[in-house]
Amino acid sequence: MSEFEPKIVAFVCNWCTYAGADLTGTSRIKYASNVKIVRFPCTGRIDFMLLLKAFSEGADGIIVSGCHPNDCHYTSGNFHARRRWLIFRSLLNFLGIDVNRIQYSWVSAAEGAKWAEVVNTTVTKVRELGPYTEYRKAADYVEQQEREVFNG
Amino acid sequence: MKNTFSSELSQKVASMLESGEVQLVIGYEEGTKRPRPCFISDAADAGKLIFDERCTGNLTVYLTKKELIGDSKVVVTASYFALRSILRLLTENQVNLEKLVVLTVSAEGHLIQFETTDDIAAFIKSAPVPAREDDQVLMQKLEAMSREERWEFWSEELSKCFKCYACRAACPMCYCTKCVVEENRPQWIQPWASTLANIEWHINRAMHMTGRCSDCGACGSACPLGLPVHLLSKKITEEVETSFGMNLNDTLQGGNALSTFKPEDKETFIK
Repeated sequence: MSEFEPKIVAFVCNWCTYAGADLTGTSRIKYASNVKIVRFPCTGRIDFMLLLKAFSEGADGIIVSGCHPNDCHYTSGNFHARRRWLIFRSLLNFLGIDVNRIQYSWVSAAEGAKWAEVVNTTVTKVRELGPYTEYRKAADYVEQQEREVFNG
Repeated sequence: MKNTFSSELSQKVASMLESGEVQLVIGYEEGTKRPRPCFISDAADAGKLIFDERCTGNLTVYLTKKELIGDSKVVVTASYFALRSILRLLTENQVNLEKLVVLTVSAEGHLIQFETTDDIAAFIKSAPVPAREDDQVLMQKLEAMSREERWEFWSEELSKCFKCYACRAACPMCYCTKCVVEENRPQWIQPWASTLANIEWHINRAMHMTGRCSDCGACGSACPLGLPVHLLSKKITEEVETSFGMNLNDTLQGGNALSTFKPEDKETFIK
């Protein structure tokens, strides 16, 4: 098909969203295959730089998801993550980076249906926004620079 | 250009140096065009010290330089924003009032010496915040832009950056002995200048300053290209206050915005 298919990277925690995604599969719920899941022990471990790296490496959209507040396997990792996401989102918006391409969510291990919904919604939204070419344009220069430096 | 306060300051400092109470004074002296930092360890040089409204640089940056301070007891003359930085450094256990004498000038032009952290906090709370109209105007202009226009503005501005790290060197809160940008396993940020690496560097620095920035503007002032990088930290400071209700009054509780949390923190974007 000629229609644009967005590349989505999902940063998820091991105990809730990853297990929830597993439940989605075992429940035979269909959802878009655009998403590539990266598993972390905790949402508190998801460094803000990873989101920037995802965009610069070609992701068109990002999902970040973990345990609901008060349900964190490590007690408070998601509370710290929530603050970090809030500040990071505000900073990105101030810089003109498209925060609509980053979907934040809490999906528990029992919410297989919700995970499918989050993915499908995000894919639909990012498909409408189109490829994130303006950020990749800034990144391309780095790749060119790397080629020049490392290949003489 | 000497005022009454400068004389008072010189005498105070000279007596402290003579008695051996302190070993080093970090203050301002007259430069070729404007005041510049000076470092005095001899009482005879105390007469060089000045302190007036033109002394706007943040001398706090030197307090964390062990190669400069060593084991000396130090006097620092602090402007309003420098006091905010000192308060934050005290909270982060980077400076110790047993080894530090903090002097400033009151609104009436008298010398003030602070004895405790609470004294500094009380002074900051009561003193008027120095206004910076230029920043306010540019901030409003940026807020009024669409997202695409802001991206154009910042990618254009930050693409000029050549990674001299003057912003890092000038910042009193950037005291790590090894910076994330110098790590090469893994390499988070390319060390050479390019649009993306510059954006990543400044995002990194701003995130590391969350809840810790005193809004002194030293990073912007130090930039040889005049890039308004201090606005990034300023934006975050505003967001911290708006979203978490944390301001300088909370600084004494220890921790900063990202090393603490409240279960009742509110947001609207996590679905």
